[in-house]
Amino acid sequence: MITQFTPISALAGGIMIGLSAVLLLLTSGRIAGISGILGGVLAPRHGDVSWRILFIAGLLTGPLLYALMVGGLPDVTIDDSLPLLVVAGLVVGFGTRLGSGCTSGHGVCGLARFSPRSLAATGIFFAVAVVTVFVSRHVVGV
Amino acid sequence: MGNKIMSLVAGLLFGFGLTLAQMVNPQKVLNFLDFAGTWDPSLAFVLGGATITAAIGFRLAGRRAAPLFADRFQLPTAKDIDTPLVGGAVLFGIGWGLVGLCPGPAIASLAIAPGSVAVFVLALIAGMLLHRLLATRGVGSAGAKATSR
Repeated sequence: MITQFTPISALAGGIMIGLSAVLLLLTSGRIAGISGILGGVLAPRHGDVSWRILFIAGLLTGPLLYALMVGGLPDVTIDDSLPLLVVAGLVVGFGTRLGSGCTSGHGVCGLARFSPRSLAATGIFFAVAVVTVFVSRHVVGV
Repeated sequence: MGNKIMSLVAGLLFGFGLTLAQMVNPQKVLNFLDFAGTWDPSLAFVLGGATITAAIGFRLAGRRAAPLFADRFQLPTAKDIDTPLVGGAVLFGIGWGLVGLCPGPAIASLAIAPGSVAVFVLALIAGMLLHRLLATRGVGSAGAKATSR
């Protein structure tokens, strides 16, 4: 499916994501990595859960706030089969915990901290994702 | 209390930004990854805008001895590019490339397209729990000390 190139809203949205990460670090001293924040809820430590749940609640509500303030929501098109969604969810969940981060923790926050580990992780998951998309769209032909 | 309110505000800002940037739509993500097909460079602008903003803000925040509402900054301390990091990134890349959903946009898009996304998010949680189970039992490389991001 073709999507429009939207540089302005992409940049503006990106800046908001960056500001979110700065706000969390400045106020709580924590890294805004979604897999890490969610992972910490699933492996709870005393006194370290409520801020995570509140961040996730905000993340869930953000699109609704957008609908209220801007009006309308972007398309979310998912036409994958149920088994594919399950497999993808499992490997993303397992992989982000094993690798200590995802697009937000390694991609945004890690790169912003000039972390060599995050640079390596980001390079690897982007490269692997590009190959995966190439195979699934152009070789297997889903 | 202040840090909890600010966590909620940070989450809202994150979800709002993902929505504005249309990163809640896996097709935008998959098209960024599809150089050989319907390429859409938008994601580079999202990641670029977010990373540059965070780099400047982190530098300014780091001038403080401590965060506003906590006693210390809790930053990742691991330095090695080890097997769990590489293996985890490979697995994540495969799953991300298969459907175009990563944890942040998956949670945010629950509010927009609950059906299919809920399946993905439940599987994501199951995958994280599976990792925890293996890590606490010390099985293989998953037993490496989990550093949280």
